[in-house]
Amino acid sequence: MNSATPVVELKGITKRFPGVVANDSISFKLFKGEIHALLGENGAGKSTLMNIVFGLYQPDEGSIEINGEPVIIDNPNKAIDLGIGMVHQHFKLVEPFTVTENIILGMEPKKGSNLDTKTAAARIQELSEQYGLRVDPYAKIHDISVGMQQRVEILKTLYRGADILIFDEPTAVLTPQEITELMEIMRRLVAEGKSIILITHKLKEIMHISNTVTIIRRGKVIDTVKTSEASPSILAEKMVGRNVTFKVDKRAAAPGGNVLEVRDLFVKNKEGATVLNGLNLNVRAGEILGIAGVDGNGQTQLIEALTGLSKVESGSIRLNGKELANATPRQISESGIAHIPEDRHKHGLVLDFSMSENMVLETYYKEPYSKRGFLDYNAIKKQAQRLIQAFDVRTPSAETKARSLSGGNQQKAIIAREIDKNPDVLIAAQPTRGLDVGAIEFVQTQLIAQRDQGKAVLLISFELDEIINVSDRIAVIYEGQIVGEVLPEQTNDQELGLMMAGSTVAGGVRHE
Amino acid sequence: MSKILKLFSGSGAISIIAIVLGLIVGAVVMLIGGYEPLLAYKSLFSQVFGNTYDFGETLREITPLILTGFAFAFAARAGLFNIGGEGQFIVGMTAASVIGIKVHGLPIYIHAPLAVIAGGLFGGIWAALVGYLKAKRGVNEVITSIMLNWIALYLANFIVRHFLLMEGKQRSEDILPTASVSFPWLSDLMDSARIHWGMLIAVLCSVFFYYFMWKTKQGFELRAVGNNPNAAQYAGMNVGRNVVKAMFISGIFAGLAGAFQILGVFHYQSIMSGSPGTGFDGIAVGLIGMNNPFGILLGALLFGTLTYGSAGMSFGAGVPPELIRIVIGSIIFFIAAQGIVRGIIKPFYFKRKKEKVL
Repeated sequence: MNSATPVVELKGITKRFPGVVANDSISFKLFKGEIHALLGENGAGKSTLMNIVFGLYQPDEGSIEINGEPVIIDNPNKAIDLGIGMVHQHFKLVEPFTVTENIILGMEPKKGSNLDTKTAAARIQELSEQYGLRVDPYAKIHDISVGMQQRVEILKTLYRGADILIFDEPTAVLTPQEITELMEIMRRLVAEGKSIILITHKLKEIMHISNTVTIIRRGKVIDTVKTSEASPSILAEKMVGRNVTFKVDKRAAAPGGNVLEVRDLFVKNKEGATVLNGLNLNVRAGEILGIAGVDGNGQTQLIEALTGLSKVESGSIRLNGKELANATPRQISESGIAHIPEDRHKHGLVLDFSMSENMVLETYYKEPYSKRGFLDYNAIKKQAQRLIQAFDVRTPSAETKARSLSGGNQQKAIIAREIDKNPDVLIAAQPTRGLDVGAIEFVQTQLIAQRDQGKAVLLISFELDEIINVSDRIAVIYEGQIVGEVLPEQTNDQELGLMMAGSTVAGGVRHE
Repeated sequence: MSKILKLFSGSGAISIIAIVLGLIVGAVVMLIGGYEPLLAYKSLFSQVFGNTYDFGETLREITPLILTGFAFAFAARAGLFNIGGEGQFIVGMTAASVIGIKVHGLPIYIHAPLAVIAGGLFGGIWAALVGYLKAKRGVNEVITSIMLNWIALYLANFIVRHFLLMEGKQRSEDILPTASVSFPWLSDLMDSARIHWGMLIAVLCSVFFYYFMWKTKQGFELRAVGNNPNAAQYAGMNVGRNVVKAMFISGIFAGLAGAFQILGVFHYQSIMSGSPGTGFDGIAVGLIGMNNPFGILLGALLFGTLTYGSAGMSFGAGVPPELIRIVIGSIIFFIAAQGIVRGIIKPFYFKRKKEKVL
């Protein structure tokens, strides 16, 4: 084998699912010792392609060559035999088992009739040191951090002799610190002669670590470029197919009077601890109020109290002067509050319902969708098709189940439904979580468009960039209270970070 | 109509293959036991279709299975495991007996419907109790409905023994003729097989089930609650109320099944030493029919045919009738373990798909 032979070569891979072509004659080459990034939006077909390489799907057309030899990979064991290892986005580990037990699972070494964990543990220790993973072979999975669990997944592939490692969105679950460490590990792996395919939609990481980038859009390869010759804006443009600005375009806000007024709000969580301690808040018409804060300071309870999903102990929530504390979700929705929920799978959608049914999830009981107790499916379908078109939700049809859509398109569908209710107040909780740049831009533009129409928007996000870019006013939440308010053009990450950690800083005006 | 077929076609293939596999397993067991499976199945079917009396009696066997199958499936669609069809069935029987025996002086067109409605209503209330406990107190419906099965059994026996007893017998008095839902004209045609109006109503219930669940606002809510209670709550639906409602309607089906057994078949109620089992069989029927109302009609048809025909198997081929329970058990196994069935049909399925693409 000479160095010019790719370790993995895909030739014209095509994979069709009912209603969509997930991969359309994709060709791809991975060379030894390289980190090759696979970039694409949610639903572009990256994961399908890698599942084909790992033997979970069969391609309808095309062929795969490993080290120049044509192969048929019809199950993951075959892939493992060929030296391919996959680090999944959602880890596949047995929580109460130790690291060693997890790694040897399925190929347990035996000494006589007994399990020989000792030799295995020694081998794991050795691998761990060789690649700088620093994993304790005897630690139990539920005792170690998410970052460590990911390293166990990496070790698992190495232990099985993988030379080609596929990382599927590896940084989605990691903290910034852990991301830096993962980058180090990946560099070490290629230095030791491994080859890596990195699936991601995060441009920063690609620029940081990869040698080559292949961009996929709607199932087709758009381009393959050397990372050194690319820039984030070029990549983003290729990925979404149009110019992407990272700065959100918006005019200055022209806020009107208070629409939503929250006074002395006290709310307990399910364990009975008080998590909102007399919170005060105003949102005016025509402005976006961003709530910045570290996760767990009462954001979830604030949203649940505002939308009627949890009980208010005391205090008032007024929408245009009307008291809504402890009203039912339906009363609140009908009064003019729309809600893009934090967890779209838990609250936003019924995954086994069709897109049509999901589009009328809150309005099904009204005319024209429901007449004398019977549903009018024609009216429902018409509404769904209108929203799907207006918000560019990519779905094979209005009858497709919500489950089979990509995360970005599911989120678009929810936003379409909520905005279409024409609310006075739009509550957006983590509206861009897990979305790619194109979808993030879309969501943020929609929020600003709502503001420009004179709606009051309440944005809750853990992404400081998003809060600073999108909001007209920022309120910082800490231990169940608003501890300060700043204007986005007069603040920065450091100041907000300090306020979020609980210190009141000059420049931050204490609310009330 | 094409929509109805579509609703069913995906899972239909799996059911049919599971049935065939179940029959094969039964045949293998017969071979091991030294019986002749072909002769056995032949005598099973000739028992059912051999003469009009037996055919009518097979219909009689099928009817309560349809209704208890609906009782299980309706709750399942709303995300509830109603294992209490048995108790709801017994309560329905008892309510119908009380009205049928104790209420005098009503004309037939009032008395019989009243007894039927009482059976359905009390079955519904019995189940709604389970729903209420789940909605208000968070008690698991499996536990409460199993306990209510026993309470129903002994309550029914108590009522029969103290209020309805025929002197010196282990059974109630006969219901008044005005409470009977028998269909004498058709019964005479079928050599006095016990044909009753409940058969027609059971079939009509499938239409109700389908329309209610998939065409009405309330059905939409029930399905949303069943699939994702969090999203249902977010969308402004009252989850607790829907749980109670689903159980109530589910119980009505089981209660009706019980009422028709009394008013159309036996015309009296015995003191039971154990549960009659019809409610439990409904769970099996619901599983075979994949919780689809039309699937359940076919599932009950199969279950009833096999059960009634098993007597013929024992006459014709000497096979113990209990063996048919192995067949039914295997069918449910193959339906539950869908992976096996999918594995078997996969090659055929793929071939068909490919042709379509080209």
